[in-house]
Amino acid sequence: MTDNTNGTEQPDERVPKRVIGTPPPGTPMLGEEESTEVLKVPGVSLQDPRTAKKGERLAALCFTVTFLAGIGFIASYVAFQVGDLDSTGVSNLALGGTLTLALLGLAVGIVVWVRMVMPKYNLVQERHAMASDEEVRSEVGETFMQGAQESGITKRPLLRRTLLLATAPLGLAPLVLLKDLGPLPETKLRHTVWDPKQHGGKELRLVVEGSGQPIRAADFNSPGGLLSVVPEGYEHDLNALSKATLILINLRPEEIKSGTNKNWTHNGIVAYSKICTHVGCPAALYEQSTHHILCPCHQSTFDATDGARVIFGPAARPLPQLPIGVDGQGYLVAKGDFPVPVGPSFWERGDAEAEVREKGGQV
Amino acid sequence: MSTGPVPKPIAGTSSFIDDRIGAGNFLKRNLRKIFPDHWSFLLGEIALYSFIILLLTGTFLTFWYKPGMNHVVYDGSYEPLKGILMSEAYASSLNISFDVRGGLLMRQMHHWAALLFIAGMMVHMLRVFFTGAYRKPRELNWIIGVLLLTLALAEGLTGYSLPDDLLSGAGLRITQGVAISLPLVGTYVSFFLFGGEYPGEDVMARFYSLHILLIPGILLALISAHMILMWVQKHTQMPGKGRTNKNVVGAPFYPAFMAKAGAYFLFTFAVIAGLATFAQINPIWAFGPYTPADISAGSQPDFYMGFLEGSLRIMPAWEINVLGYTLPLSVIIPALVPMGIIMTGLALYPFLEQWVTGDRREHHIADRPRNNPHRTAIGMSAITFYGVLWLLGANDELSAFFHISLYTTTWFGRIAVFLGPALAYAITYRMCLGLQRNDAAILGHGVESGVIKRLPHGEFIEVHVPPADDIAAHMRGKEAIPTIAAAPDGEGIPPKGLRGPIGRLRAKMSETYGGEKIPIEEHHEEHPAISPADDDKSLTR
Ligand code: HEM
Ligand code: FES
Repeated sequence: MTDNTNGTEQPDERVPKRVIGTPPPGTPMLGEEESTEVLKVPGVSLQDPRTAKKGERLAALCFTVTFLAGIGFIASYVAFQVGDLDSTGVSNLALGGTLTLALLGLAVGIVVWVRMVMPKYNLVQERHAMASDEEVRSEVGETFMQGAQESGITKRPLLRRTLLLATAPLGLAPLVLLKDLGPLPETKLRHTVWDPKQHGGKELRLVVEGSGQPIRAADFNSPGGLLSVVPEGYEHDLNALSKATLILINLRPEEIKSGTNKNWTHNGIVAYSKICTHVGCPAALYEQSTHHILCPCHQSTFDATDGARVIFGPAARPLPQLPIGVDGQGYLVAKGDFPVPVGPSFWERGDAEAEVREKGGQV
Repeated sequence: MSTGPVPKPIAGTSSFIDDRIGAGNFLKRNLRKIFPDHWSFLLGEIALYSFIILLLTGTFLTFWYKPGMNHVVYDGSYEPLKGILMSEAYASSLNISFDVRGGLLMRQMHHWAALLFIAGMMVHMLRVFFTGAYRKPRELNWIIGVLLLTLALAEGLTGYSLPDDLLSGAGLRITQGVAISLPLVGTYVSFFLFGGEYPGEDVMARFYSLHILLIPGILLALISAHMILMWVQKHTQMPGKGRTNKNVVGAPFYPAFMAKAGAYFLFTFAVIAGLATFAQINPIWAFGPYTPADISAGSQPDFYMGFLEGSLRIMPAWEINVLGYTLPLSVIIPALVPMGIIMTGLALYPFLEQWVTGDRREHHIADRPRNNPHRTAIGMSAITFYGVLWLLGANDELSAFFHISLYTTTWFGRIAVFLGPALAYAITYRMCLGLQRNDAAILGHGVESGVIKRLPHGEFIEVHVPPADDIAAHMRGKEAIPTIAAAPDGEGIPPKGLRGPIGRLRAKMSETYGGEKIPIEEHHEEHPAISPADDDKSLTR
């Protein structure tokens, strides 16, 4: 929409610009004689009447399109119902199509109007420095000081200081009010619902995410398999799931390296936290041939055979392992909680793995 | 002829208003306010109009959206999800899509407008940067712009979470993972934001009030301030014939600019409506309800979050444990540092440039990017830095597309994020000087006319003719970048303020940054037929 292509039309600018052999300045270039009915202003060059007439017709055509499309929009609203994917798609197409057309018609019409009917402008406006002049400045300064003195704030320190004092606690009030936004973290991040102590010693069964089926160890016996697992009774508790979700992997016992705690496995079945130790995405991808667990978010890669230690990516710690075993009926259960907090690192976490090791435990 | 009397109804209303608030004086000054014209001045308008469309479509969405996290059994129209337990938020978003006529259109328009809003702002900001339009007196508007961009990212982040589908949940999870890793306050921030443990029951309602009330309110206030300042200070203009630092050349607000702006709003509106009609965006029904136990593979955030995603991806696994506390560098560095560098760098640039050049004058003529090579090079290296991070936010796609290993792309990113910007700097700097030399040649010797002439002694030459007036004026609109005089005075003592290591650094930087790299020398005598106004150059000062 760059319209100002026909040079500056300022009379004072024209004089020195004249090129020998070109028409003298002031010669009308756009047939202005015919359009004397409109006020002539320097810097405003009127359109050729024929162009203007054409523009008028074109713009009118565009506006008519908009009118029709607008009616089409209302008709589409009445005619097309929504519900399933297909009907919603049709309705979307009809409503959106007519709306787009209506808007486009209006937009194009106005552009045609501006370009073909309105004059070309090359007007000049003066610019002044933003700063006010010295006189004004000093006057404002004086007024300000006078007012300050009249108010007494400059001469009465007691007034000033107690005023400041008064606002301090009031300023804190909004912050104090926000305290009940949430409870304090305490040790909540260190436990998950797998902990039998939370259920009077009852060991929770591992159930398949989605179907809720408990898992009989004997049925999950093909090495290389992978299951996404949640605690029984917490299938829909998102808070619990965001810490307790597991990946269950079946390895051949000879594949398991020292990083994995063999006592916490059952017949080669090992359970790791599914919550990535980077920023908490579910580490959901598993490559059977290499036994690599991959987090799709930032591609941290963990070695399932070696205590899920990190082999690539931004995660700094292995996925914690959960001690599992079987209950009386042969279903997989959690024998205890994770030894360390699961999921993303946080300030108070410290080197929880080292602490466990110090106490003689294994992670 | 005379313009004739103002029609009765308009005259009546306006005198009613003028009697009460004296609007006439304002209108007298402003109805014919001049707006300069250049395609790049329209970029900011894209952002402005997208914002208006966001307000309109967003308000429509609020009529049906429910920010609840309690579980409901879905029984809306969309068959495949019938009977499934999901949050009220997700159910209501499905409801907007499948049970409200035009609801899907509005959702898609809202999302497309959000993308256009942020993209428009970014490109607009680059235009302002590369033309130096942030210089005095426009620093305040520049800072408002940086705030707007930051807030827009927050607005997009909160909005993206609202539908509570599996994809938006992944974004929310990453946000929480980043929040909780902040040193000292992380766990508190997370527990206060989520009302306890993640994900809790509160975050949707909180994001909702941020998304539809607090942040849009601040955005609206800042955008208004941005517009008022622009109006008061007037637009910058590109160098050219008759354009000086003391005038504005262009079309009047009423009627031309007003009509054009209206048309442009409608264009933006039409493009967004067209995208929402023909290009599907965020098909939330395909992802299913959010659960922290699952993720849809290959999930990508909206484009404006891509650079954060990329920096998280290329970060090596650094974590420090001291005295029982943990500093998860592999999260806080990528989450805070690139954003910090970019936003702080943007906010401070006008002041740093002033400090280096010592230039405290008002500028109303936009620079051509080539005429300030160091600034342009700095801008290009920032774009490269951002671009590398952004690309690496999709490194899994890159790896699949180009059949290279995922880890190779990560390593490529780790190196490119440092090397790329340096390279971009060097190349851009060279290119700017090349282009300046080109301009100087055209002004000095004219353009090749394609006419071959045989001289009396038999030699053939190509006739060079002077460039067209307006082009020449555009090229001449260049001046040397000021430097602070670093020359020691008589007794070998450097001027005050340039002593000491920082002062010497400043003098050195000033000398490098400023000055005239490729002076323009015109040989007017060679073209006696043309009398270019000798004072043309001063016009653009
Ligand atoms: C100003 C910048 C804004 C940005 C960048 C933005 C961005 C977004 C995004 C990306 C979404 C997700 C859209 C989707 O469902 O696919 C969203 C949803 C939403 N936004 Fe905005 N928005 C903005 C302003 C507003 C305003 C002003 C309102 C209301 C007055 C609003 C109300 C909503 C509502 C109700 C939703 C949920 C829609 C749903 O779940 O289907 N937004 N926003
Ligand atoms: S969350 Fe798993 S790699 Fe980032």
